[in-house]
Amino acid sequence: MSEAAIPTPAAGDLPPSAWRDFRHGLKRVMKSGAFLIGFVIVGFWIFCAIFGPSIVPHDPFADDMLNSLMPPDSVHWFGTDQLGRDVFSRVIAGARDILTVAPLATLISTVLGTALGLTMGYFGGWVDEILSRLVDAVLALPTVIVALLALTALGTSIVTVLFVIGFSYAPIIARTVRAAVLAERNLDYVAAAELRRENRLYIMFVEILPNVLPPILVESTVRLGYSIFTVATLSFIGFGIQPPSPDWGLSISSNYGLIAGGYWWTVLFDGLAIASLVIGVNLMADGIASALDD
Amino acid sequence: MLKRIALSLVTLWLLSVLVFAGGRMLPGDVGRAMLGPFADQQAVDLLNKELGTDQPLVVQYGQWIGGILQGDLGRSYAYRAPVSQFLGTAALNSAKLAGVVFLIVVPLGIAGGVIAALNRGRLPDRLITITGVTATVVPEFVSGIVLILIFGVWLRWLPISATWPSGAGFFTQIYHLILPAIPLVLVLFGYIARMARAGTIEALDSEYTRTAILKGLTYPQVIWRHVLRNALLPTISVVATQTVYLIGGLVVIEIIFRYQGIGSLIYTAANKKDFPMLQAGVLVVGALFMIATTIADLLQASLNPRIRFGSTTS
Repeated sequence: MSEAAIPTPAAGDLPPSAWRDFRHGLKRVMKSGAFLIGFVIVGFWIFCAIFGPSIVPHDPFADDMLNSLMPPDSVHWFGTDQLGRDVFSRVIAGARDILTVAPLATLISTVLGTALGLTMGYFGGWVDEILSRLVDAVLALPTVIVALLALTALGTSIVTVLFVIGFSYAPIIARTVRAAVLAERNLDYVAAAELRRENRLYIMFVEILPNVLPPILVESTVRLGYSIFTVATLSFIGFGIQPPSPDWGLSISSNYGLIAGGYWWTVLFDGLAIASLVIGVNLMADGIASALDD
Repeated sequence: MLKRIALSLVTLWLLSVLVFAGGRMLPGDVGRAMLGPFADQQAVDLLNKELGTDQPLVVQYGQWIGGILQGDLGRSYAYRAPVSQFLGTAALNSAKLAGVVFLIVVPLGIAGGVIAALNRGRLPDRLITITGVTATVVPEFVSGIVLILIFGVWLRWLPISATWPSGAGFFTQIYHLILPAIPLVLVLFGYIARMARAGTIEALDSEYTRTAILKGLTYPQVIWRHVLRNALLPTISVVATQTVYLIGGLVVIEIIFRYQGIGSLIYTAANKKDFPMLQAGVLVVGALFMIATTIADLLQASLNPRIRFGSTTS
């Protein structure tokens, strides 16, 4: 989906017009229904992540063994889990960890990927060839499997999760940036900067980078969706966010053995929370992409 | 074409270095990690000698890659037995599950994409596109658990464990694999439908389609002979690149449905710090992906005369 979403700057476009398009695009983004729905959903979860723990009706960490595995009622809206903790409070408070880890991982991959893509696109030749092979090699492995390998070797920690996801997604962002840089590479403003004998780093980061920001924005929003997907999955298999966090993936992991016994409320609401968050982020990404694409 | 294969081999070699380095980033030594912090130093040294992990990393890499080239994937630390013994069965099981997934999702995705394209901008298009986008992004463990809840626990239509009774026939095996396959189908459907839709739209807008209509061919003839043939080419490569995703998804699905495939093998190896098993599993996954994409590229080139006679660089 990422490839299709990248707007290709028309050859001969003057750089400032890319930004004019972009600002014009942002206005259209705000009018897109998909974007707004996504924005409301994501906004709700961000609100929960910031204020959730202080506004929930029950303490998300408080055990109450006498009331364990109670079905939803008027006191515990989403029921209680094995330890008698209030599922509703845990779902609301559970937004915090994933909404900290996933955006940070996305930021790392965006920074790394942009630097890599600028280098590949600007220098071209053998630099591009070598880096492309490396990118291909990383892309040949599913992120979850790379993460299992690295987390086993380095030990489970959030910092490792951040960097594994950052490194795994950087190549994808690098490809997008490289393609965008190749389209800019032969424009007159780059040639002019080269004639002025500007530093190469200056040309890459000050001259070219601002003109390739729109596709980077789209790609990193899409990556944010995938980061949430991956962090949730890693937490579910025990290699991500660790107990006693009320994280959604983690809660599902510790309760899904119970569903055969009919205790559906211990997993369903966490599942819906994850689903709504990733769908929300992707609706936003789609809205941005299609508005910039037209 | 030769260049394409050579490049794949270079990438495969780089992959082996990455996998090896990834597995050996371990701070401290392998023997210590396996025996724990309180084990006797002599026992640790002995284990390291037995496993060959007292040698310099370059030597270890040489032995490992040399073994693999001769078909020896190493010995499992946890089971003290050759890795290949376990990897073979696991890969076969995963291949069965992946086969069921592709058998469902490829026709479904292509049909969805083509129907969406033929109804561009109208209700069927929007429904298919929105379903695809939404289903693609939900993690498999979430959809897997919701599906278990609905079809396994509430309706009791399908078994919630993928492992069939021993000696079960072909259809019983398939029956057990339907529920595990659906979450993976959901994730893949969106990609395949999107590519098929884009390809069909491009073909519909092309000059040759206009010519075909203008020369008086009927609508089904135009679609079958001209549009679909050109539209489905890019879809082949998407199906191939999605195998990498599919294997990542298998890890989670095989855990939830308690299925002995390559995903659960890698997961178990990771939990037991069984590096030879882990590295071999990861390398096989990467190699499978490289082979799949290379075949897809070659297939696409051989089906598309413009690539076949032109330059074959990626």
